[in-house]
Amino acid sequence: MALTSEIKSDSSPKPAIAVEQLDHFFGKGELRKQVLFEINLSIASGEIVILTGPSGSGKTTLLSLMGGLRSPQGGSLRILDTELVGAPKTVTVESRRSCGYIFQAHNLHSSLTAIENVMMGLEVHGVYPRTERRDHAVQMLELVGLEKRIHYYPENLSGGQKQRVAIARALVSHPQIVLADEPTAALDKQSGRDVVTLMQKLAKEQGCTILMVTHDNRILDIADRIVYMEDGKLVKNSEPSMLPASLPGKSG
Amino acid sequence: MIAQAEQGQTVKTEIERRTIQVAGLFSLGASFATDGTLITSQENFLRFFPERGAGQVTLGLVKVKPGTDPNQVVAQIKAILPQDAIASTKQEYVAFEQAYWEKTTPIGIVFTFGTVMAFVVGTVIVFQILSTDVNEHIGEYATFKAMGYRDRYLLLIVFEEAILLATLGFIPGLGLALGQYALIRQAASLPIAMTFARLAFVFFLTMVMCIVSGLIATRKVQSADPADIF
Repeated sequence: MALTSEIKSDSSPKPAIAVEQLDHFFGKGELRKQVLFEINLSIASGEIVILTGPSGSGKTTLLSLMGGLRSPQGGSLRILDTELVGAPKTVTVESRRSCGYIFQAHNLHSSLTAIENVMMGLEVHGVYPRTERRDHAVQMLELVGLEKRIHYYPENLSGGQKQRVAIARALVSHPQIVLADEPTAALDKQSGRDVVTLMQKLAKEQGCTILMVTHDNRILDIADRIVYMEDGKLVKNSEPSMLPASLPGKSG
Repeated sequence: MIAQAEQGQTVKTEIERRTIQVAGLFSLGASFATDGTLITSQENFLRFFPERGAGQVTLGLVKVKPGTDPNQVVAQIKAILPQDAIASTKQEYVAFEQAYWEKTTPIGIVFTFGTVMAFVVGTVIVFQILSTDVNEHIGEYATFKAMGYRDRYLLLIVFEEAILLATLGFIPGLGLALGQYALIRQAASLPIAMTFARLAFVFFLTMVMCIVSGLIATRKVQSADPADIF
């Protein structure tokens, strides 16, 4: 069984993701609404954590803040020991590169083939020559089981295949943190299972930390820890066995 | 009358109650001020314009010997001429005439206005195209940003598109312009030809137009957080 978060962070080096008293607001003036309330969360290196809760609980907002997709407004948010609150743009850009982000709608580029999409995940670092990028991309696509489809365009791939390309793209540069936003939402049971098993396997092999937002009850068992959010607050940190049989806010 | 003259027949007509005979035709074309030109002898000219003296020359042409510097000759002539006479090289004279038509007559101002309007319309159209395209792909640009690409990278993509657009649009534009020139030469007998300087200048303006449009079209992508775009 996985250790609780407190024990782990005492004995191991700095956490991969450290959130302290994080608040977040949407809107301005009279329409200003608080969506995150004093979030405190620590995720150690190598952990697989699932973030779940009803729609509108703020889990995607929290995930997007960690990935640098949104500018944090208050409190402290440290990714790989780099503070993001109040950070200059260059720091934010660097931080985005150190996370592999998997979107709910895969967001593949429709005018690029699968292999070109994956290569984009390497080009951003600006240090890999074209041949190396190609080779790494091919390797990654083999790992996700798409070696026969590397030159296919997204429109010719199924939902599960597209999601696998997105995973390949997110993982090709071996990032230390993988953030996934509802990766199985658009997939059937088997594809969804395959996808998360794949992520788990690659994570263990590469030693990266995974934080996944999901409604999907079927995949909760892969996590070391489940974090439950409701109305912008963290409700409890728990292990898979401690959760009720069915969670409110089923995947939709 | 021209047709008759072309056939070699003797053509007689009248100017100011004097009968004249057209002895031949030559090709010069019309200009803004004149529809046609007559060449005649000095004596005939003075008969038609009795108020002018034999020594009053409006425009004189001096041919210099090959190898002589025209500018030097111009300087020498200027030294002899009275203040109100102008001596210039052929290029200087052409420039002088052009400046006259461009700046002091309504024709020049109308043309300039027309050019400015064309530039404005062109910019608006190019901006529309680029802006629509950027917006159609804004999810992809936002994904790039989320992956950690700098704004500069995204800007370069749009610039590349803008320059391609400029070049691809310039070629048919040039073709159309040349076609119109040919039509004008035909229909109005106005000698109008394309110069390389004009071509280059318009291409330069086209590029500027496209690049500026590209810059403005990507404002939103540059300033927004990726999450706000999705």
